[in-house]
Amino acid sequence: MNGAAQSRREVGAAELAAGVGALLDDGYRLALVAAHEDPDAFRVVYLFTAGSPDRRVELVLRTDRDAPQVPTLAALSFPAGRFEREMRDLYGIVPLGHPLPRRLVRHQHWPVGWYAMRSDAGPAPEFGAVDEAYPFVTVQGPGVYEIPVGPIHAGLIEPGHFRFSVVGETILKLKARLWFTHKGIEKLAEERTAADALLLAERVSGDPSVGHALAYCLAVEDAYDWDVPAEAGLLRAVLLELERLYNHVADLGALCNDVGFGILNAHALRVRERLLRLNADVTGHRLLRGAVMPGGARVAQLPTSSQLAEIAAEVVEIVDLALGNSVVRDRFTGTAALRGDQVRQIGALGYVARASGVDIDARRDHPFHAATTQVTSVVRNEGDVLARFLVRAGEVRASVALLEILLRDARPGMVHGERPQLVPGVQVSGVGLVEGWRGTIAHRVEIAADGRLARLKIVDPSFMTWPALPVALTGTIVPDFPVANKSFNLSYAGNDL
Amino acid sequence: MTAAGVVGVLVQLAVVVGGAPLLVGLMRQVRAVLEGRAGAGIGQPWRDLRKLLKKEAIRPEGTSWVFTSGPLVLFASTLVIAAVAPFVSTASPLDGVADLFAMVSLLLLGTVALTLAGLDTGTAFGGMGSSREVTIAALAEPTILLAGFALSARVGSSNLADIVAGTLAAPAQVLSPATLLAAVAFAVVVIAEAGRLPVDNPATHLELTMIHEAMILEYAGRDLAVVELASAMRLTVLLGLSVNLFVPWGVATSSAPLALLGATAVFALKVGLLGAVLATFEVFIAKWRLFRVPELLAGSFLFGLLAVSASFFLA
Repeated sequence: MNGAAQSRREVGAAELAAGVGALLDDGYRLALVAAHEDPDAFRVVYLFTAGSPDRRVELVLRTDRDAPQVPTLAALSFPAGRFEREMRDLYGIVPLGHPLPRRLVRHQHWPVGWYAMRSDAGPAPEFGAVDEAYPFVTVQGPGVYEIPVGPIHAGLIEPGHFRFSVVGETILKLKARLWFTHKGIEKLAEERTAADALLLAERVSGDPSVGHALAYCLAVEDAYDWDVPAEAGLLRAVLLELERLYNHVADLGALCNDVGFGILNAHALRVRERLLRLNADVTGHRLLRGAVMPGGARVAQLPTSSQLAEIAAEVVEIVDLALGNSVVRDRFTGTAALRGDQVRQIGALGYVARASGVDIDARRDHPFHAATTQVTSVVRNEGDVLARFLVRAGEVRASVALLEILLRDARPGMVHGERPQLVPGVQVSGVGLVEGWRGTIAHRVEIAADGRLARLKIVDPSFMTWPALPVALTGTIVPDFPVANKSFNLSYAGNDL
Repeated sequence: MTAAGVVGVLVQLAVVVGGAPLLVGLMRQVRAVLEGRAGAGIGQPWRDLRKLLKKEAIRPEGTSWVFTSGPLVLFASTLVIAAVAPFVSTASPLDGVADLFAMVSLLLLGTVALTLAGLDTGTAFGGMGSSREVTIAALAEPTILLAGFALSARVGSSNLADIVAGTLAAPAQVLSPATLLAAVAFAVVVIAEAGRLPVDNPATHLELTMIHEAMILEYAGRDLAVVELASAMRLTVLLGLSVNLFVPWGVATSSAPLALLGATAVFALKVGLLGAVLATFEVFIAKWRLFRVPELLAGSFLFGLLAVSASFFLA
């Protein structure tokens, strides 16, 4: 029950492009593409969303069971082209006429013809012969050389390979090769009960546990047409903001640390620890797990506004000190700038989009509780590291202000709505959209008649935003990569499910 | 070569080799305390060295003697400076070697050995670190020479012991424009040569931003211990030269045991203090963008040049 205008229609392969083009022209964005394996056909669902008012449109395309193929939308939408490559790797659905028909999710050493998400996939096979070379575009010219970095890094970070083509110290081209962490979460979710799969959703990526758990719960509730009490929505909104706070604070410190200003990182980590302890008091878990469940939310106690004001004041001080240091400001300013039109084309989300002047925020565009629409939007136009730093700093303040509003009416405790019975013999589907701290998270579930999950499709904002990083880095110097990368701070685990 | 002179040299070696990791530990501890952290204590670098020395040295496939000898050359060249430069005593039997040009050459020898070793690994990081290190060294070495010139001009000798003795004999010279300008130039170069903020961040784990650390990424175990110890000694030597060239009081001018003992204590105190000041300064500064480092070094070169001019025209 989210009050959104929802519609779904079946389209044929011939009319897909026209339908998608019309939606995109109408201001919709592609939020999710999910393939499904039905007994008689492969079914692809394209989910388009638009804000104010909240609208969601699903286009459904059926394709042949034995030779599944879809017309590519890559020319209309960049993210569509990536979703299609993902679908081809995991389901074997061929996007016809795709301009970049390379592997995306499965690296070249996975055997040809093995598709992890198909029902007959079986256990993962041994790595086979490489069926094509790992293609990296070689940049040629006098003095051009390559720096390969990763997938194993010096710090405690997730695996990802970066290939820099460099002249002197200037980056000509950067290619990020991710997808080293495929865990099969979507596959694991199949056949599970809605309550059971929550544990998986909560662990998609370590830091947005509330974001993913909530998006999942909203999707399940949407599928069941589940009436969730408004008080639960309030508690969920509180949890979501607490999650945003501790992650943004950690990022503010880490950005300073990456330009060698360690003292602010030490203090940001201290503030983060305060927030984590506050989280433990609020939910019993430092990372806020176990507090959101389908139909409701559970909170042991709520933070007081004086606690939050104290923390906000400390963050303001850290930000002021960072901006007051001319070296830090110099390192942030103009570094790895991303333009707004690039953000729109790529479909980047979250603070990355908002730092480039693109105001996307599911709290306002797709609210699950009316109060979250009162959030102050923080938008900058420069698109550089400084803008992403300032957007985070502004969002900390906006979060605290929103929490003040939410805490006026929120009461601790367990709030739960009764789950309605499914109509027997009917498979239902639902969508959940949540502004996680990193950006808009989208979940789409299909629940079979027996109440078990037939399909869970998860889109972490990292999937949408990763391609923006190499674009922003063109022309940046190599030693500025770490701070630029940190200013994006995208998830590898959330990207590769 | 007298027995007392040899004792003086041995004392200097013991102070620099034994004290260098403690200096690094002290600087980390000062930084930790100022940042509000507990810190690992000043003995931690020694504990790290003990651990590394127990581990085998794993050398990358395809590397040659250049890689193997890099740490040894760095260590040995720094050891020579530690033995002959007037840190504790000016009455060294190796006095003739303690020449300004010889010192700068020895420092550069260690740098070059490590950059070649970085290139020898054939990895992108080694080459990247070496390229950056050479860029900085090429800009820093002339400044060291110029600053030294300004100091040697007034005593008419490029021998370090003579410079120190000259300053001791005429203390007012420390406040002369030439010396002050040279001190500024020297300070900047020491920061660059020692790989400290704002030029290089010794505490970073980010491969792509590294300079010194990028060159030595492939070293492990005993090899790494030698590199770490030699780098700490290099820092000690650079700070030791700075304090003794500009604030030489406390240096023993004889090899009498009591004088050596007192001079050792004073030297440790001075270098420790300078290290603490440097660490404090580092808390308040962030790392400069790589392309701004040449501006910093060009500025220090200008100070060096002014110092030389001043020593001739204002003396």
